[in-house]
Amino acid sequence: MTGPDPVRLYRTVRLIRRFEERAIELVDAGEIVGGIHPYLGQEGVAAGVCAALAAGDLVTGTHRGHGHVLAKGADPARMLAELCGRVTGLNRGRGGSMHAADFGVGVLGANAIVGAAGAILTGAVWARRRRGDDVVGATFFGDGAVNEGMLLEAFNLAALWRVPVLFVCENNGYATTMPVEGAVAGTIAGRAAAFGMPATAVDGQDPEQVRAVTAAAVARMRAGGGPELVEARTYRFDAHHTFEHRVRLDYRPPEEVAAARLRDPVLIQGDRLPAEVRAAVDAEVEATLTAAVDFALAGPAPDPATALDHLYASGLTARTGGG
Amino acid sequence: MPRLSYRRALTRALADEMTRDESVFLLGEDIRVAAANVTTGLLKKFGPDRVLDTPLSEQAFTSFATGAALAGARPVIEFQIPSLLFLVFEQIVNHAHKFPLMTGGQCAVPVTYLVPGSGSRTGWAGQHSDHPYGLFAHVGVTTVVPATPADAYGLLVSAIRCDDPVVVFAPAGALDARADVTDLAPVPLGRGVVRRPGADVTVVAVGHLVHDALAVAEELAGQVSVEVFDPRTLYPFDWDGLLDSVSRTGRLVVVDDSNRSCGIAGEIIATVVERVPLAAPPRRVTRPDGAVLPFAPALDRAVQPGRDQLTAAIQLTCKDG
Ligand SMILES: Cc1ncc(C[n+]2csc(CCOP(=O)(O)OP(=O)(O)O)c2C)c(N)n1
Ligand SMILES: [Mg+2]
Repeated sequence: MTGPDPVRLYRTVRLIRRFEERAIELVDAGEIVGGIHPYLGQEGVAAGVCAALAAGDLVTGTHRGHGHVLAKGADPARMLAELCGRVTGLNRGRGGSMHAADFGVGVLGANAIVGAAGAILTGAVWARRRRGDDVVGATFFGDGAVNEGMLLEAFNLAALWRVPVLFVCENNGYATTMPVEGAVAGTIAGRAAAFGMPATAVDGQDPEQVRAVTAAAVARMRAGGGPELVEARTYRFDAHHTFEHRVRLDYRPPEEVAAARLRDPVLIQGDRLPAEVRAAVDAEVEATLTAAVDFALAGPAPDPATALDHLYASGLTARTGGG
Repeated sequence: MPRLSYRRALTRALADEMTRDESVFLLGEDIRVAAANVTTGLLKKFGPDRVLDTPLSEQAFTSFATGAALAGARPVIEFQIPSLLFLVFEQIVNHAHKFPLMTGGQCAVPVTYLVPGSGSRTGWAGQHSDHPYGLFAHVGVTTVVPATPADAYGLLVSAIRCDDPVVVFAPAGALDARADVTDLAPVPLGRGVVRRPGADVTVVAVGHLVHDALAVAEELAGQVSVEVFDPRTLYPFDWDGLLDSVSRTGRLVVVDDSNRSCGIAGEIIATVVERVPLAAPPRRVTRPDGAVLPFAPALDRAVQPGRDQLTAAIQLTCKDG
């Protein structure tokens, strides 16, 4: 099955894959401080969902958010510069991995508090539509977030006020080390049903399927339908966070990880393209990322004297902390 | 003499109290595998009924602990990140803290909220780098910020034994501290300690900043004699201990890794000037008003109180007056 633009979809998953691999190298090299939550293995979800959104639509992401930001169209070079804490980054080095945002392409931010972003996106979409803009939104969250009251409260608000938000659950089987079965009473789809929201399960490893399911939901939402939930079944190929590269936490059987890696979204989409097309995309992605790394590392670090810049949008200046 | 790390001191305190008192149990996220390296070995030792991994439902499990405490248990909750205390502020302040009075003394709520790695962990940025101990002192929840392994042990033990809710902040900046510890013992809540005696100025330092204050005091030793006072508990505060120190030195500087406006440093200074005549205006080194820690390491550092700022504050205070 291929959709309207299989090459573009492949380019996106490949870009995210290689971006994350390069980012991990930069973590190891000490250029990205604080580490990252790698999106490796889940690329098909962000790529598929964002391929079905329009440029003006809005998204919010998670702590594992690089894929969402890139798939929605942010510049990989400025994204990487952000991870390296440079003034040339998307957030001028103020946000880092977990807060990367690019309002210019509709990314209202990754978010470091699990379950918190769904309500933010619901409010944003509601306000834009009230102004007459034809936008919809997609908010990404993990399987861990479905146990947070604030996300379930957002389901209720969105359903009650019929705000066209796609709630995209990236079910990768674990919240850090906690398996879904140990954490979720009932089902994820059942939570949507409780609020009268349609829910669709999709193979998150297949970017085309994710795109198709999202496109159908978005079409219903644009035609006046309310919010929907998509549960994308996926798997995190790497660590919860790069700190796990140093500290082994024992919670996933190695055979399970090995088996899951066989269903690789980059390969699944890549196999749909003629070899030479695929090779050309790969080369293009490599060139983009080589340039991105150069750009990121060439950017200046912010001046400590500017540490409180942007604290207040009103122009208020804060008292500093010195004696 | 055995070298004890701060983290292992916390582990020991948990294990000792769980052994001593059957009603003590732990709950939190990823504590069975000890992702924060604090609950290490406890699942094996005490079993899954006393080491509970929770779903990501902080508000519910914080009040679940309140309920368990009302029914005679002594829960200890581990929080993965300091900012989660904002999420459960309602549950701690509006419920756990208020139940004894609201029920006319019918109950106690002995819950311990443990935050290993509070404050900045460099690179965790805006939503993971807060140090909200002042908020809990403000609302009057017992609040401790141990600086050393021995105090981490002793204050955690006392927190668990306390019949009121207690928040234990284990600053990220202190977690790597190690010390020769001969005897581990409970440390009473509400009792500060003079870490270094001095004659010219009292420096009150909170949590990990105690180590910075000691380093600065040592650097300045030729010029000025600095007394370093570690309050250990921020609420209830050891006013007698501090007033005794400031009465001798006549000068006061406070260094505190929380926001300036309505911060604990302001409260410390106000209480001292109400009670003791000072030879010079007191000074404080804090985070700025409304601090949000920016991601880039140099900015993250710039927003936290630094040794240079402390040195300058001490020198100014000693020059004035
Ligand atoms: C409210 C909240 N609780 C806990 C954390 C710490 N934490 C960060 S990611 C994570 C696991 C999230 O699991 P899930 O939602 O399944 O997303 P995944 O990491 O699997 O992508 C936890 C517990 C947090 N950031 N926010
Ligand atoms: Mg998950």
